Amino acid sequence: MRSSDTGNWDVIVVGGGHNGLAAAALLAKSGRRVCVLEADDEVGGGARARQLAPKFRTSSLAHVLNRLDAELIRTLDLESHGLELGGAPMPTVALGKGDPLILHGAYGKTVTGLGEAEGRAWTELRRRLMLQAGVLKPFLARRPPQLDTLTLGEKGVLGGAALSLKRLGKDEMRAFLRMVLMNVADVADECLDDDRLKGLLAFDATLGSHLGPRSPTSLLGLYYRLAGEIEAKPGAQTVPKGGMGAVVASLASAAERAGATLRTKAGVGRILVEAGRAVGVVLEGGETLRALTIVSAMNPRTTMLDLVGARALDIGLVRKLTHIRMKGDVAKLDLALDRPPTFTGVDEDALSGRLVIARSSDDVERAFNPAKYGEFSREPVMEIVLPSLHDPSLAPDGACVLSAVVQYAPYDLKEGWETGKPKFLEAVLGRLEAHAPGLRESILRSELLTPADIEARYRMPGGHWHHGELQADQMLFSRPVSGMSGYDTPIDGLYLAGAGSHPGGGISGRPAMNAVRHILAAEKR
Amino acid sequence: MKKWDAVVIGSGHNGLVNACYLQRAGLDVLVVEKNEWIGGAAVSRELTDGFLYSNCSYVCSLFRPEIMRDLELPRHGLQVIPYEGGAVFTQDGDHLGAHRDHHAHRRAFARFSKRDAEAYERYARDVTRQCRFIQPLLMRTAPDPARLRPRDVSELLYLGRKFAGLSAEEMALTMRFWTMSISDFLDEYFESDVVKSYLAISGIIGTALGPMSPGTAYVLLHHYMGEVDGSVGAWGFARGGMGAVTQALAKSFRESGGTIRTEAEVDRVLVDTQGAKGVVLAGGEEIRADRVVSNADVKRTFLKLVERSDLPDPFVRDVERFKMRGSSGKLNIALDSMPEFPALPPNSPCVRGDMHFTDSIERMERGYDDWKAGRWSADPILDMVIPTTLDPTMAPPGKHFMSCFVQYCPPKVEGRDWTSADRDAFADTVISQIADYSPGFRERIVHMEVRTPRELEDEVGLTEGNIFQGELTFDQLLFNRPVPGYAQYRSPIGGLYICGSSTHPGGGVMGAPGRNAAAEILRDAKRPNKQMSPAHEVL
Amino acid sequence: MMARNTVETNTAPVSDVFGKSGPLRLETPFHPRIAALMHTHAWYDWSGYLSAHSLWDEELEYFAIRSQAALFDLSPMVKYRIEGPDAEAFCDRLTLRDVTRLKPLRVQYTAWCDDAGEVIDDGTLFRLSETRFRLCCQERHLPWLLDGAIGFDVAIEEETEAIAGLALQGPTSFAVLQAAGFGEIGSLKPFGIAEFAHEGGRVTISRTGFTGDLGYELFVDAGDALSLWDRLWEAGRLHGLNAIGFGALDRARIEAGFLIANVDFVTVDAALRADRARMPDEIGLGWLVDMKKERFNGRRAIEAARAKGANRHVLVGLEIEGNVPAEHAIVYHRKKREAGIVTAAIWSPMLKRNIAIASLQRPYGDTVTDDLWVEIYALHELRYVKLMKRARIVERPFLKLDRRRATPPGGF
Repeated sequence: MRSSDTGNWDVIVVGGGHNGLAAAALLAKSGRRVCVLEADDEVGGGARARQLAPKFRTSSLAHVLNRLDAELIRTLDLESHGLELGGAPMPTVALGKGDPLILHGAYGKTVTGLGEAEGRAWTELRRRLMLQAGVLKPFLARRPPQLDTLTLGEKGVLGGAALSLKRLGKDEMRAFLRMVLMNVADVADECLDDDRLKGLLAFDATLGSHLGPRSPTSLLGLYYRLAGEIEAKPGAQTVPKGGMGAVVASLASAAERAGATLRTKAGVGRILVEAGRAVGVVLEGGETLRALTIVSAMNPRTTMLDLVGARALDIGLVRKLTHIRMKGDVAKLDLALDRPPTFTGVDEDALSGRLVIARSSDDVERAFNPAKYGEFSREPVMEIVLPSLHDPSLAPDGACVLSAVVQYAPYDLKEGWETGKPKFLEAVLGRLEAHAPGLRESILRSELLTPADIEARYRMPGGHWHHGELQADQMLFSRPVSGMSGYDTPIDGLYLAGAGSHPGGGISGRPAMNAVRHILAAEKR
Repeated sequence: MKKWDAVVIGSGHNGLVNACYLQRAGLDVLVVEKNEWIGGAAVSRELTDGFLYSNCSYVCSLFRPEIMRDLELPRHGLQVIPYEGGAVFTQDGDHLGAHRDHHAHRRAFARFSKRDAEAYERYARDVTRQCRFIQPLLMRTAPDPARLRPRDVSELLYLGRKFAGLSAEEMALTMRFWTMSISDFLDEYFESDVVKSYLAISGIIGTALGPMSPGTAYVLLHHYMGEVDGSVGAWGFARGGMGAVTQALAKSFRESGGTIRTEAEVDRVLVDTQGAKGVVLAGGEEIRADRVVSNADVKRTFLKLVERSDLPDPFVRDVERFKMRGSSGKLNIALDSMPEFPALPPNSPCVRGDMHFTDSIERMERGYDDWKAGRWSADPILDMVIPTTLDPTMAPPGKHFMSCFVQYCPPKVEGRDWTSADRDAFADTVISQIADYSPGFRERIVHMEVRTPRELEDEVGLTEGNIFQGELTFDQLLFNRPVPGYAQYRSPIGGLYICGSSTHPGGGVMGAPGRNAAAEILRDAKRPNKQMSPAHEVL
Repeated sequence: MMARNTVETNTAPVSDVFGKSGPLRLETPFHPRIAALMHTHAWYDWSGYLSAHSLWDEELEYFAIRSQAALFDLSPMVKYRIEGPDAEAFCDRLTLRDVTRLKPLRVQYTAWCDDAGEVIDDGTLFRLSETRFRLCCQERHLPWLLDGAIGFDVAIEEETEAIAGLALQGPTSFAVLQAAGFGEIGSLKPFGIAEFAHEGGRVTISRTGFTGDLGYELFVDAGDALSLWDRLWEAGRLHGLNAIGFGALDRARIEAGFLIANVDFVTVDAALRADRARMPDEIGLGWLVDMKKERFNGRRAIEAARAKGANRHVLVGLEIEGNVPAEHAIVYHRKKREAGIVTAAIWSPMLKRNIAIASLQRPYGDTVTDDLWVEIYALHELRYVKLMKRARIVERPFLKLDRRRATPPGGF
């Protein structure tokens, strides 16, 4: 070891986002000496809270919770670290033409504003979607099946899935095998009439991916959402007490309690590889840290091509890594408002929910069209929450914070985001104003993060919050790339544990949990 | 009154293939056809003096050689002439040539990208590997994974073993082929937009999806799994036009004792408690038969020819949900001389194959956006061929027949029916595009037939004018085609079968649905089926 | 249907119809000279180039290699120029051998693999300077090389058409070069490179070849090709210099035990059936694999396969009794069990032995080496004579000539 080397760890975790923290906490709990290295001056990545204006704070990227893993909460006892998920799931308000539609309970267990027949149709569709998402769910909680060396256990899971399909009965099994790769718009059209509801499904299925509701396989996005659960309620969503920042705070606290060291302002410049084995990292400042195991919660392409370097990898793998599609389409808008907004037809209860502006499937599809050509949506679709209603400390008394995730804002904007950003902001505010008259007058400060901004600020290539498109060809054994889907890499001792690995993004902690389980098993061997 | 062993509704290529196999197995078969000519969408029609039009399907590749041989089609006049070239014309006045010769093809690509020219090797390998995997499935009835009778189990095991025989990388590739967009898929191999758009066209032909829609990589594969005399993926012209396929089938059918009645439109299928008993013609005439086989698409068959009350509700609902979205139109043009293409060298072989004017994926995708909005593409994607450059039988000396397949063209114009004015405007859009690359083109036109989905539906009977009798998306392939639970050519009504492209393995002038349906019918009839050869081995 | 005729016969000059893509078969830079010497018109297609299979008599052309000197046009060989500060590191990661030990003006015969350790191609790597290499091979690999360049400061350019290549092989080849004014080449050792002035340009001469004989390969800008040919031809007049085609070269290379990609093994990009691809250990190229190198493409896979004993094939040299060449014959163990296939075979005029290169399934050729047989179908006047001949595994190269390595070379 050279004299500049500092620290000697069992495990170094690269990246202090929620997956990095979860991995660190779990590994520290197993008795390892763990160090988390975070480039920013705070841990939490896209899940942390962020200053918007003096006395205004907001959530960075994720602003609702819909899939934080129950096993993770239990294992790390996150409740003892301050996580409070709150009671009933927050409602979803579908804003369209005319009155809004309000979905209560976990993903619209009941709905206000639907006719009787449409209500029945929705109940039936919801039941079926939940059932189908349930078939896929067991796959999320495991390492993806490794195609070249199917172990007995993996065969068991596949067999189990086949069996659970069979147990659904003939009709449901057939429905599943037909629907699984369909587009969400067709599924909605087959079952529903209400444009607001169809628009909501279209939005939820495509949020965070470069797909429109008419793109085949877009239903998978909805399954993915419904496979998440909050307090045992699949499809539910919530904002924890204290806001989204509370999630990472509890994870950080759990990690530290378990003995992990969290270092901020410690960006990793490269991963040290000796004789095909990862042996440590070199920080951007030049400091070297050594460890037996390196776990990266960063984007897989960043990890492999930038931190390890293409030269240490095989060409076929480099090629696959460069082919991962990860150009984000989601922008984040935060508004500091001098008063809470009024959305037409939305009462105070519903205002604390998730408000979705997506007037119909076609509305979402039309918003998607320009994104294919590097242009932003003229009429963007979005999901809005008012975080300060859940955590009053985020805004001064009487004032309000509005947070919206908006698409489609393609990363590679043809005209460039410098000139495009003000125009896109105008389009977003215009659409907001249409549903919340007077809102523009109440804006004290606005901040729009385009995918390019997100990339720069959170070190997410392409500004893609899933660390890679979550589409059928980039899922399971193809995530992040085929041949490297089992959390380990061709570099011995280097593991991936971020959203770029199976099962994907969202504040779940699942990639980290699956990775840690694999690391512990691998090290035992 | 005569009672037939089987009556086949529709004399399209699948109906005739089916009828031929049944007749050869000893059944007494009647084919009824509503038009005064036979052939469905595989016809050659003399719509103007001296010119034969392949006015629906226009090129041949997918037709299974096993069927050609079983039914002795070459003896009955079927001959397929391979393409000699192909081209994409670029907006800057150049072109990308496609050539049969491996190295000429590579050098043509190299003019646009040296990298792409050399990448084509691996691309062709990967596509071929997938075709080799899929080809044997074309001539097999899909299993029903929800029923799991012994035959389903054994078929599922066959598929499972085939899949398990692949390497891990090939499995991943298979998954990519089934789920990716052709645009994303091509991005993994190529950098030149011109190269990509040339290849992407096979991913959208006849399909209501854009090149950026997931699932279009499979559509490309569907167009590559054919062959001309063992040359996998090759395309060619049927000598005498596509009618040569159905004419040869009709001759083969009649020679083995079958009967065809034209101008005999079926009004409905006769059904009693025992099942299908025959058909009633539009004039009221009843034709009795032990079984009825419909070559019409699944929607026409079950929503128009059968009483709703004779079918279980869930089945009707599934049929209604079957996606048959017309997405293409066609111009058939008689030319008094060979058009000029200044971008091509003199006497270029590229004119003796498929020609296109769309040189970027974005232009293709924007064409699809127009379709989604209910309009024909303002900048359409053409698959244009001039069969008379290779086939001396379709036009008078020195004159030519040109077929222009046009993507995209909606079944309705912004929600309303097509008008004649719409049709003229559509035709003008297409002709303008050709004229941009071929000066004096308009002046060469002797006669032209313009076909939108409306004409395809009215004349050929294809619902919404969908040329594949149903979209080729995963939810409508294999055991899902046409609807789950009825993917084995049978229907809820005993003795009523379907044999058209709505069934596995889908559209194109392939004949496999008709053949596979015949196998199932003969199985039910407990008739020996010695006339049918197994699929050729893929070595 | 009326019989008609609209199909116009193609009367345009053949060179025009493909326009800017060039004619169907390209002519090499040496074509005018070879065409002038071409008596048999036995042309064949080598990667899109019009190439001579033989010029006047294949057998005599072979003896030109072994007894005088022979000129063979290898311009259609695919050539890549690899240049930049990281060129060495790039080549070292790409190929199996240790490129850091390849000195400037030296050549390595080498091979390269994909991630699965399966052979993409073999070829020769010329180190022209500290920072400049030329890779010569049979197949095309630009996308692979460009993707391999990610992370390296290196430029890669395909230069097949720009660079003309000639093989000058045979016992008098040195004498020819001397007479042509390249006399200093005498000190050049096998796999060495020397550069000479020619017509204001440069000609690169390496002591390499595909014949197992004394010989050289010469590379020159395409524009200087004819003058180089003329210079050699003039010099070769008194040294029995002849132009030869591929048929003669193929005989010589089998005697020398050299492999041809997609003849003796299937390259991974050409393998339509995935199981046809081969690892280096399976095609007799295991000796190229330098496990002392920390990394090269496919290392992990090759190492794992070696550890697991997962290599399923082996490539061997066979000597077969009798005198009937066994090309593409099936190899059997105990006359019964299929053990592999002969990929190339000739009756060797130099050895007076019936030799073959064969790909066998292990354990045959590996641990089971006795009792091997070859089934030859000899076609004589429309009747097959089926022969079952005993085959013995022998060392490759079959033919070892001292003159190949002697430095300075002999004058004849």
